[in-house]
Amino acid sequence: MWARVPSEGHSSLSHLGSSRRLINDLTATLPPFQTLLDDHAAEVMAVLRGAVGRTDADDCFQETFLAALRAYPQLEDASNLRSWLLTIAHRKAIDHHRANGRWPVPVEEVAEVAVSDPEPDGEIWSAVGALPPKQRAAVALRYACDLPHVEIAAALGCSPEAARRSLHEGLKRLRKELA
Amino acid sequence: MKTALNHFADRADAEGLLDVAYATVDSPFGPLLLAATPRGLVKVSFPQLGTEATLEALATKISPRVLEAPARLDEARRELDRYFEGRLTEFELPLDWQLTEGFRKKAQQAINRIPYGRTRSYTEIARSAGNERAVRAAGTACGANPLPIVVPCHRVLRSGGALGGYGGGLPMKEALLKLEGVL
Repeated sequence: MWARVPSEGHSSLSHLGSSRRLINDLTATLPPFQTLLDDHAAEVMAVLRGAVGRTDADDCFQETFLAALRAYPQLEDASNLRSWLLTIAHRKAIDHHRANGRWPVPVEEVAEVAVSDPEPDGEIWSAVGALPPKQRAAVALRYACDLPHVEIAAALGCSPEAARRSLHEGLKRLRKELA
Repeated sequence: MKTALNHFADRADAEGLLDVAYATVDSPFGPLLLAATPRGLVKVSFPQLGTEATLEALATKISPRVLEAPARLDEARRELDRYFEGRLTEFELPLDWQLTEGFRKKAQQAINRIPYGRTRSYTEIARSAGNERAVRAAGTACGANPLPIVVPCHRVLRSGGALGGYGGGLPMKEALLKLEGVL
């Protein structure tokens, strides 16, 4: 939100701090979108594989980068493109789980559908995939991407303390599941 | 991963989000960087001038939605291949002139009308662009040509017939003129 500023002119604003940073931010240009792909696509894919599994990660990947590309020219703060992308990926993973109904729907007959074979480490990652969304994302960001708590918090849009808690709860549950 | 990335470029294109597509293509003179907007080919550059700097300039001047998407440059690549083989004398692909303006643009469009295998002097280009005395500016317009090879600034020589300059280096200018049977 904009603060009310006195109307006498620029000089009255100078006490608010360095204008250089403001000017830098106003004139900062966005790098070519391709550099976001080059730098972060592998990591986003790893997070999504952790969050939704290998089969559905491709779809979420497309949705993540299309959403990012759509919003990109209007992006005001380009100082942390990585957490921006990870935040979008996290939302897409949650959307995915919602759309796929983690809430079971009763049906008359159970359809026979092929399921894919478990992947290497499949047991662990499918247990991760079964965690509640925040815990799942925290675990994926920590172990698939090696992010510190502060950045997990930034990606999840919560406090570092809350991120730490989600991670802790997630791990506790995994230990129980896999014991 | 590669499939996911190609698929992404296709979907971005289908959704109209691909403002600037680029690709690096091979040529007898080494790799060339080609970039296109939905309107047409917008930039040809010699990678020795710095791919990264070129892409950053495109992001700033046109749109930050810059993606590597070779499929969108297929037509340009095919026409360039045929040109280098001596089988194409007139490029037909649509051009986007948005990276140039004013006198430079007029001069570059005058250059674009020089027929295959013919040359013009910087003075003649200045005259065609509407200011016979702006010879130096015509030279600058050649140097600033955003679409070298396709817009044939290599066909512009000094009045006495000396080669003048070339962004891709003089040996390349000489080779292109030989290809076209001028030298």
